[in-house]
Amino acid sequence: MKARVTVTLKNGVLDPQGKAIESALRSLGIDGVASVRQGKVFDIVLDSTDKSAAEAALKQAGDKLLANTVIENFKVDLLD
Amino acid sequence: MKSAVITFPGSNREQDVVKALAQATGKAPAAVWHADHDLPQGTDLVVLPGGFSYGDYLRCGAIAGRAPIMDAVRAHAARGGLVLGICNGFQILVESGLLPGILMRNADLRFVCRMQHLRVERNDTAYTSAYHAGQVIKVCIAHGEGNYIADDQTIARLEGEGRVAFRYCDAQGQLGGVSNPNGSIHDIAGIYSDNLRVLGMMPHPENLIDSLVGGVDGRGLFASLNKAA
Repeated sequence: MKARVTVTLKNGVLDPQGKAIESALRSLGIDGVASVRQGKVFDIVLDSTDKSAAEAALKQAGDKLLANTVIENFKVDLLD
Repeated sequence: MKSAVITFPGSNREQDVVKALAQATGKAPAAVWHADHDLPQGTDLVVLPGGFSYGDYLRCGAIAGRAPIMDAVRAHAARGGLVLGICNGFQILVESGLLPGILMRNADLRFVCRMQHLRVERNDTAYTSAYHAGQVIKVCIAHGEGNYIADDQTIARLEGEGRVAFRYCDAQGQLGGVSNPNGSIHDIAGIYSDNLRVLGMMPHPENLIDSLVGGVDGRGLFASLNKAA
């Protein structure tokens, strides 16, 4: 089973990298960019074919390692 | 005083810490590998040194914070043992949950490597008894992710409980402005655990122990530790 875990910064957490990317986009002349927040994507292949077991394992992965929940949120998507 | 220095893959300041501890205590600390499960019997102080553990993959200190030895370090801290994390070691301490908050990318996105003044906030802890409260010391910093943040409640608790160990300042002890190298909230350079036994700090006192190399303002921290245990 394939899954994707997306980690994003919580609202209100300062994101200097996102800000730098935002201004780089503007300097490239790409119009209409209101703001940029940078995050991370993890594409994970699981042995399991059981959906709820996979979700539980990925939730644990997000909480224990992939995200630092002090500043980040994460969401789990099962892809097939 | 029995100390142990933990080396992770990518640590690079462990020998600097070994030298500073040997100078202060007269004996070399034990070398502990990240994959070990136990600290040497009778260890008083554990040091997590600076460097780039696991290449800073995922987040600085994230993978090291979950290394096998960290369970033993957590148990040591829970017993009231001394744990010092310097630079990457501080990042490992926040990632492992031993200290609150997190160290974000420096506000100006630059790796900063320079001499830096710090204000010693209190001198009644195991780490600072050889200084006086409010003393300004000159050490060095070298980091890209030293921008300390935590939620408002945590910051209020740290301030209220006197858990800020060091603040960035200028030579006169003035806080703020350009003397803050990374954007850290309240100019925080180091914090203590609630029992004041765990200290995480971004600056490198272990590199300021020899007058031939920049100064000796870092010696006080190791001398304090030697007296404490």
